[in-house]
Amino acid sequence: MDHFPTNWGRPRNDTWDPYATYPIHQRPQNHQPKDRFAEGVQHTQQPIVTGTSVLAIKFKDGVMMAADNLASYGSLARFRDIQRLHPVGKYTVLGAGGDMSDFQYIQSILDELIVDELAAADGHTLGPKEIHNYLAEVMYSRRSNMNPLWNSLLVGGYKDGKSFLAYVDLLGTTYTASTLATGYGAYIAQPLLRRAVEGRENELTADEARKILEDSMRVLFYRDARSLDQYQIATITADGVHITESRKLETAWSFAEGIRGYGAQTQ
Amino acid sequence: MAAYFQAPTAYSRTALPPLAAVSAPQHLVPPSDTSGTIMAITGVGFTVIAGDARRGDAFGAYPQVRFVPTVFRLTDKAVLATNGFASDGNIFIKKVRQRLDWYRHAHAKDMSLHAIALLIQSMLYQRRFCPFYVHNILGGIEDDGSGAVYSFDEVGSYVRETCRAAGSASTMLQPFLDSQIYPKSSQPPTPGSATHLSLARVLALVMDSYKHAADRLSHDQIGDGLEVYIVLSKGTSTQGLNIEGVSEVTSIPGGERIFLLRRSLA
Repeated sequence: MDHFPTNWGRPRNDTWDPYATYPIHQRPQNHQPKDRFAEGVQHTQQPIVTGTSVLAIKFKDGVMMAADNLASYGSLARFRDIQRLHPVGKYTVLGAGGDMSDFQYIQSILDELIVDELAAADGHTLGPKEIHNYLAEVMYSRRSNMNPLWNSLLVGGYKDGKSFLAYVDLLGTTYTASTLATGYGAYIAQPLLRRAVEGRENELTADEARKILEDSMRVLFYRDARSLDQYQIATITADGVHITESRKLETAWSFAEGIRGYGAQTQ
Repeated sequence: MAAYFQAPTAYSRTALPPLAAVSAPQHLVPPSDTSGTIMAITGVGFTVIAGDARRGDAFGAYPQVRFVPTVFRLTDKAVLATNGFASDGNIFIKKVRQRLDWYRHAHAKDMSLHAIALLIQSMLYQRRFCPFYVHNILGGIEDDGSGAVYSFDEVGSYVRETCRAAGSASTMLQPFLDSQIYPKSSQPPTPGSATHLSLARVLALVMDSYKHAADRLSHDQIGDGLEVYIVLSKGTSTQGLNIEGVSEVTSIPGGERIFLLRRSLA
């Protein structure tokens, strides 16, 4: 609604301009935003409440993914019970780092998508590949409209006997590999995951895969100041999606006693 | 009423900031160069199109992932290599492939190479004011059986050439290719086929170029894997292709043939 009556059109003034020749583009204020609230519509320019790394690997029976339960507000550990692994349909899990409100929005559009597919009842179901492709298009179009969804996402799944694991981020960039990590994990955990998994994707058991992820999460908790020692693991196999309850990492900090500048020493 | 008919500049009932100040910053999400190098060379009856598989991250500091193809087979006689901003590249490839599918459904044949080049030009120029940040190199075999390389800039300007390198190592590789491929007397270089080079020699040039560029460039710029597509015109012999890592990816027998060579650039 344009609240400026002067923008509604020029009242006729027969003495001054009887044939209405006054050019439209010179009418007062027509170059201003039509909506007084237009300047109030803003795009995300930085993430606010953020999640940190998500890790994922392929193993013998499918895909396993891990993320901690923290949503930070800057350096403040603001929300400590946030689930960053989200099941999408029967075959897929979505793990998110980055802005948590954008992630919630993505959850809602994906849930809507799944409901639409269910309602179609055409015998087709969306697998991880389709979900990932859809997300990539959404993320790319949002960035092209200069209004990105500020996340890095991992999509993992298992359908028709095939594992699927891929990445997509706020720019619409996509890639796939047998080990993936977002955020700080891409620097700290990815090399560890590669060393443990590459070439052994078809040998690793679920227990081994869980151990690899747990060890990597522990290293991240030691090194990443925006991480938490509570985390969840999602497993996607032929049996479907399973996401654990929140679990706590076993950590040891006694070594800090002996390090100058780390513990209680003053000199 | 008097104020109403004054010139717009004098009309200041409200004190709104100028439009530029209230609109969102225009470079909110700048495209990022995800590095990598592509190149293509054409000889008599063949064209070689290559690209490395390392993907840099948005900051150009760290290899993000170690195997992402940058060279794509479009038809049995056309291969497109992309370089620049990875997500623009992916979407662009997707769009080109869709247009080629539509063409195939409408005309029951594959689009010819020069037509694909023209299509790519118009697709790129359509986005003149919000460009795809990708360099494209199209290589393949023309209807007359000659090999061709077309190189494009981001907004669609294109030219048929004999050889072209683009991407992170292009400033190193292009002069080298020029020196090896264009006749010494040709100044400036003229397009056409490199008649004096065999397929084996061209493949060796490509693989050596990548190997040495990978040695010289910083680690995030180039590396990991090398993918080389080789397109042969109808009836061209496969001499020079009996090397390790080559597999045939032709879809329709009896016409042009396409081979894929994969190498490690560790």
